[in-house]
Amino acid sequence: MRKDYSSWSLFTKGLRHNEGWDPAWRSAEPKPSYDVVIVGAGGHGLATAYYLAKEHGLRNVAVIEKGYLGGGNTARNTTIVRSNYLWDEAALLYEHALKLWEGLTEDLNFNVMFSQRGVFNLGHTLQDMRDIERRVNANNLNGIDALVLDAAEVKRRIPILNTAKTARYPVLGASFQPRGGIARHDAVAWGFARAASKYGVDIIENCEVIGMDIANGRIVGLETTRGPIRSERVGCVASGHSSVLAKMAGIRMPIESHPLQAFVSESMKPVLDTVVMSNAVHGYASQSDKGELVIGAGIDHYTSYTQRGSPHIIEHTAAAIIELFPMFSRVRMNRQWGGIVDTTPDACPIISKTKIKGLYFNCGWGTGGFKATPGSGNVFAHTIAKDDPHPLNRAFDLARFSTGHLIDEHGAAGVAH
Amino acid sequence: MFVFFCPHCGENREEEEFGYGGEAFIPRPSAPETLDDDAWGDYLFMRKNPKGWHWEMWSHNTGCRKFFVVKRNTATNAIAGSWTLSDGRKAYDAEGGAT
Amino acid sequence: MTSFRVRRPGARIDFEKPLSFSFDGQPYSGFAGDTLASALLANGVRMLARSFKYGRPRGIVGSGPEEPNALMQIETGAHTIPNLKATQVELYDGLTARRTTGYPTLEFDLKSIGGVFARFMPAGFYYKTFQNQKLWPKFEHIIRQAAGYGSAPAEPDPETYDHSHRHAQVLVVGGGASGLLAALAAGRAGLKVVLLDEQKECGGWLLSSPYSIIGGKAADAWLKIVIGELQSMPNVEVLTRTSAFALHDMNLVLAVEQLQDHLPLAERAVNRPRQRLHRIRAESVVLATGAIERPLVFGNNDVPGIMTASALTTYLNRYGVAVGKRVLLHTSNDHVYQGACDLIRAGCEVVLADARARVNPAWEKRARAAGVDLRLGYGISFARGGREVNGAQLVKLDAGQNVVTGTGPSIDCDALGSSGGLSPTVHLYCHDGGRPHWDEEKLAFVVPATGRAKSRIYCVGAVTGEFGLQQALEQTQRTIGDLLASLGKPTDTTSAVDVRTDEPQTVPPRRIFRIPDGKREGHGKKAFVDFQNDVSAADIHLAVRENYRSIEHIKRYTALGFGTDQGKLSNVNGFAIAADARGVSIPEVGTTTYRPAYSPVTFGTLAGLHADETFEPRRYSAMHACHVARGAEFEPVGQWLRPWYFPLPGEDMHAAVRRECLAARRGVGIMDASTLGKIDLRGKDVREFLGRVYANDWAKLAPGKCRYGLMLDENGMVMDDGVTACITDDHFVMTTTTGGAARVLSWLEKWHQTEWPDLDVYMTSVTDHWATAAIVGPKSREVLAKVCAGIDLSSSAFKFMDWREGTVAGIPARVFRISFSGELAFEVNVDANYGHYVWEALMDAGGEFGITPYGTETMHVLRAEKGFIIVGQDTDGSMTPLDLDMAWAVSMKKPFSFIGKRSFARSDTAGPNRKQLVGLLTEDPEIVLAEGAQIIERADTAPPVPMLGHVTSSYYSPELKRSIALAVVRDGINRRSEEGRKAGRNVLYAHAGGKAHKVRLVSPVFVDPKGERQNV
Repeated sequence: MRKDYSSWSLFTKGLRHNEGWDPAWRSAEPKPSYDVVIVGAGGHGLATAYYLAKEHGLRNVAVIEKGYLGGGNTARNTTIVRSNYLWDEAALLYEHALKLWEGLTEDLNFNVMFSQRGVFNLGHTLQDMRDIERRVNANNLNGIDALVLDAAEVKRRIPILNTAKTARYPVLGASFQPRGGIARHDAVAWGFARAASKYGVDIIENCEVIGMDIANGRIVGLETTRGPIRSERVGCVASGHSSVLAKMAGIRMPIESHPLQAFVSESMKPVLDTVVMSNAVHGYASQSDKGELVIGAGIDHYTSYTQRGSPHIIEHTAAAIIELFPMFSRVRMNRQWGGIVDTTPDACPIISKTKIKGLYFNCGWGTGGFKATPGSGNVFAHTIAKDDPHPLNRAFDLARFSTGHLIDEHGAAGVAH
Repeated sequence: MFVFFCPHCGENREEEEFGYGGEAFIPRPSAPETLDDDAWGDYLFMRKNPKGWHWEMWSHNTGCRKFFVVKRNTATNAIAGSWTLSDGRKAYDAEGGAT
Repeated sequence: MTSFRVRRPGARIDFEKPLSFSFDGQPYSGFAGDTLASALLANGVRMLARSFKYGRPRGIVGSGPEEPNALMQIETGAHTIPNLKATQVELYDGLTARRTTGYPTLEFDLKSIGGVFARFMPAGFYYKTFQNQKLWPKFEHIIRQAAGYGSAPAEPDPETYDHSHRHAQVLVVGGGASGLLAALAAGRAGLKVVLLDEQKECGGWLLSSPYSIIGGKAADAWLKIVIGELQSMPNVEVLTRTSAFALHDMNLVLAVEQLQDHLPLAERAVNRPRQRLHRIRAESVVLATGAIERPLVFGNNDVPGIMTASALTTYLNRYGVAVGKRVLLHTSNDHVYQGACDLIRAGCEVVLADARARVNPAWEKRARAAGVDLRLGYGISFARGGREVNGAQLVKLDAGQNVVTGTGPSIDCDALGSSGGLSPTVHLYCHDGGRPHWDEEKLAFVVPATGRAKSRIYCVGAVTGEFGLQQALEQTQRTIGDLLASLGKPTDTTSAVDVRTDEPQTVPPRRIFRIPDGKREGHGKKAFVDFQNDVSAADIHLAVRENYRSIEHIKRYTALGFGTDQGKLSNVNGFAIAADARGVSIPEVGTTTYRPAYSPVTFGTLAGLHADETFEPRRYSAMHACHVARGAEFEPVGQWLRPWYFPLPGEDMHAAVRRECLAARRGVGIMDASTLGKIDLRGKDVREFLGRVYANDWAKLAPGKCRYGLMLDENGMVMDDGVTACITDDHFVMTTTTGGAARVLSWLEKWHQTEWPDLDVYMTSVTDHWATAAIVGPKSREVLAKVCAGIDLSSSAFKFMDWREGTVAGIPARVFRISFSGELAFEVNVDANYGHYVWEALMDAGGEFGITPYGTETMHVLRAEKGFIIVGQDTDGSMTPLDLDMAWAVSMKKPFSFIGKRSFARSDTAGPNRKQLVGLLTEDPEIVLAEGAQIIERADTAPPVPMLGHVTSSYYSPELKRSIALAVVRDGINRRSEEGRKAGRNVLYAHAGGKAHKVRLVSPVFVDPKGERQNV
């Protein structure tokens, strides 16, 4: 792929009043048929299309999106990337993603601003510390960087953190993943869209699926608001709307769609140079390159597709952040928002074939999907191209809800990220 | 943030008094042993999760601690009403147990 | 420095009260009634910021929450606040303000060097460069240092916040003319009304418009009468300095009231909150949120001294500050004409360039009569000046198309105000899912004049696009009439109010946002749309060219509207320029989503009193003071604070726990077990109910007996455990884990109410009603005997797993003979009010036996020595009873298929190689394994290393004088069996922190394997 984003191109195009820039991606009209249609142009869907084209040579591919690309949870998360999951299946999948993150900017020729500033998961009780020890040891044995830090060391690395023993939730220590960090969420969608588009993938926005054509147990096409589209392979990557699509196919999903809220402060001078997460107080924070504190809240317990939650959740999270960082009490919230997260009973995703031949689902990422974006797309592309799961997503099939082989990440995932 | 009418207390109260009880009217199979793994898994984990009207349970945690049924639109957050479990069941059946 | 003070009728400045303040270390003076912005302007301070990206000089643009540039760091030390808008800071004596941009100085900003290369830094340039992942941290460091405005405080907040919950029949948001009229109408109808206004006094635009006449009265007089009447009504509450920042579902409006920020630090009451969050549930919400004037977009429109025309007018009329002597106004509409006349009256020279060739004749006549130099059909091509504006180049505009048809004069000026029309403040209307619609005639996104009747949200005044004062007031009367009618109230409560004004009828504005300069976009001088984020018109064109066409993409690619002003000035201009760039209509582009907060809110206010020790409640047992007096260290468990261990002077935890363990094993110990959850169950079907929710059988448990039970979820996994006592045939008391009490009660209620309402069962949480002391050890019977009456304590009469009723220290008690240590033990339960007394009585009674209080750590060691599990420590939601080798606690023969049973039979749950609970012994008895160590087969493999399980509990056992551990290990029960030992499968490694220790799998019961001691 030609690397046409560079300092040199900025210089030469700048000389010409920046009029020479090409569209980052083509907006295509839907063709009558495709080899593969991906439903949902979020980060995961676009990444799937990119890897289908790049690694599996499938170029007659469309990504269709009911709104604008990258407009769902890709645009609404708190951008944390890490791979320090407890169970082997999850850890290896997220680590696969993290390795892709480490080369993503160069691979896509698009700076996704992946900032490996480290991620702390705080422990506030003895049981938290047992869980941290267990998870860090598991990470190390899986070849994932992680360490256990005591309270003094956490304080040394994050001087503004409240480590007073008298705190309601005193900090006893933390796990730390140095390679974790944050990225520029929108750029991930745009970068994958641009790179996929260069391979010939059609990106079709404002195109909502309204029906599925299924014949003899096999998918043959989609009805959309922009007309029918034929395809014998369809990958659904619609996060909070997965149940809506599944219903069109007559499939039941173990998914509930919940509001997950977040907010940012006003932009300030650098004050926090890492990512701090605490399950016990239900809050996590980092500071964006622009200077805003980016803060994630706990999940709203009811289901909703409204992209807004209840304000007492935000109030609790603000209190949690003050508990961790008392000096932020006088800092101001600038903007809050909500996303729709597709949660599963075991807090692990579903990347699976279905009982409908040619119909695949990638969903159930719950509160933690952003960090998996490149890995999710990569293994899902494999699953679709080969009609067989990649070894890394074999465990994440729908059958586990019948066999009982759940991958219970509740302990490691806690609230959200 | 919602205000719910608790049909047991006869009061409108703030959401913070309530706990979400999930999708309503998922009856426990009367003879679990006769179900195959798929059917049991369906009961355990599969949910309608509709975008639109949803029959769900809430419990009045800091009030009477009773569960009741709410019909709420998950696309708009509109609330059509709340009922006791048995009255809700009748209303739900009356509309054909639809989503 | 040509600004000057003028005494205006109705101005809100008290010239008798001078105030001193400082900005960037320089002393200045102002007057009571000033904002920091008006005082700075009066002092001739023009440049007070540098721009975000290019380091360009910036000054004050607005006069309220729309201000994009004048972000201030107010005060220092613990009281400092970053990013307050100078336009919203009320001046007080001694106020200290600092700039938040400009490094190293305002005069010379390093970023201005970058500004020279601005053409190489278009929107999104950073996505296209810095692509070396290894070098990115260095680039990022520079970007981060350059970004950001003010600084977070470095110290904890010395001030407090609180929340107030309110209910209103009618909540009116906005105390301008329309809001006041609405509140008056509702108030007169006897409704419970709350009126909010974000400023320190109501009046809104009327405060900037003293010559307006309403019903024959000057604005000032009208305000006094209306506000006076509102204040006299007991059913009306007026909250000023109160900004409604969010509207949530079901008419919940959140508003923050500034209680102390306007006072000098020394005058702030320490016992009064700084800010208060009002959560207001309103039966009807009336949005009277008004509109904000947007500027026109032209070259160099960011030079200090250029502001919105309404801001110029506000500074003049409300604050008595003429920003310049020679003022150039530029407009596309009628709204600036009154201000132009006011400026002339104040002694300014005014040139007014109207983009329209033909204007409102009434206004034209008035303006010319006042002496305004009117230039019709002209636009500003670009402004002149660096650190302050000194003039502008006009161009002749085509009367129809937005194109340049010729050059115009160059006008000298020292202040420049522009008006591109009014943008209604539709934010609150949209927070709960509403959308504004574009009104092509008024050139504004407006909310419907009918509001949303179904939700009882009403909209009045300028927010609906009624920009003329009289029209706005008439629309308000109609709307409030509808509201009152819907409540069955008389609708004529304000028809008596004369709302006639002397304003000429307005004529439509010109549809122009970006003033053309005769060049292609990007070729001329930079024309800014969003000042705070340095987004120019060319940036929006570039975004569209690169296919960022959705307005959300444009916003995200260019950062349009992302600032702390939330795009109040910039959004509509941005939408319009995007529409032109795309060649579509403005409604086709649409708006971005309006999200709370309307204006920023401190975290402290959001948290309110849920901070510090009241962040979340903490629970203490009735015996807590006893433990404090004995020097206990505490451990948080769930919401509770429990004694962890009781060190004697000079003892560390290890020594204390060793002593405590040995006391319980050899003598007698005592532990506070009050925190265990306790649920009282009554009804004739409790026994049946227990059989359904527990894995084991309850059919034959007789009164006076206790039984341990495992509670499973429907997935078959252990979720809680505890001992349940049969009090009578229809009365049981269940105990739960300390952390699980609330969850278990909800769980049981849910099953009972949803599935088995036919069962006669009533459940009550009695956790707090009972205080429990466990007396543990071979001498426990002797201790208890000293204080217990009414119970035969002999081993034949009072057996293990029995309970009896009697008195302890004279207090009625239920005594359970149960044991979590494997020793002879009794748990004494008394009314919690006597908990402290009974604990001390037991301590006294045990004195001669050396009774030793112990905490959770010793409890853990004692139970681990016996292989007793702790749910949540030895289980993690993925363990069945069989995995725990606790088949004895499961009755597969019960007729009812108890919760979780069916799940056992699934292929994976019933499959081989599951993780199972075992005991571990290290090769070296002194090594205590880390809890959380992973179990592996070989010590020498490179990652990824297959893991077989992990250590769940690990202690040094003083009884055995060696370390012990519990673990869950794949196929652990077979591995530790006779055959496993023979095959050598029982030897594995525990890996933690990079070290692996050889371990042997054994039975998890380390002490008294036959279980004889508890039966003595």
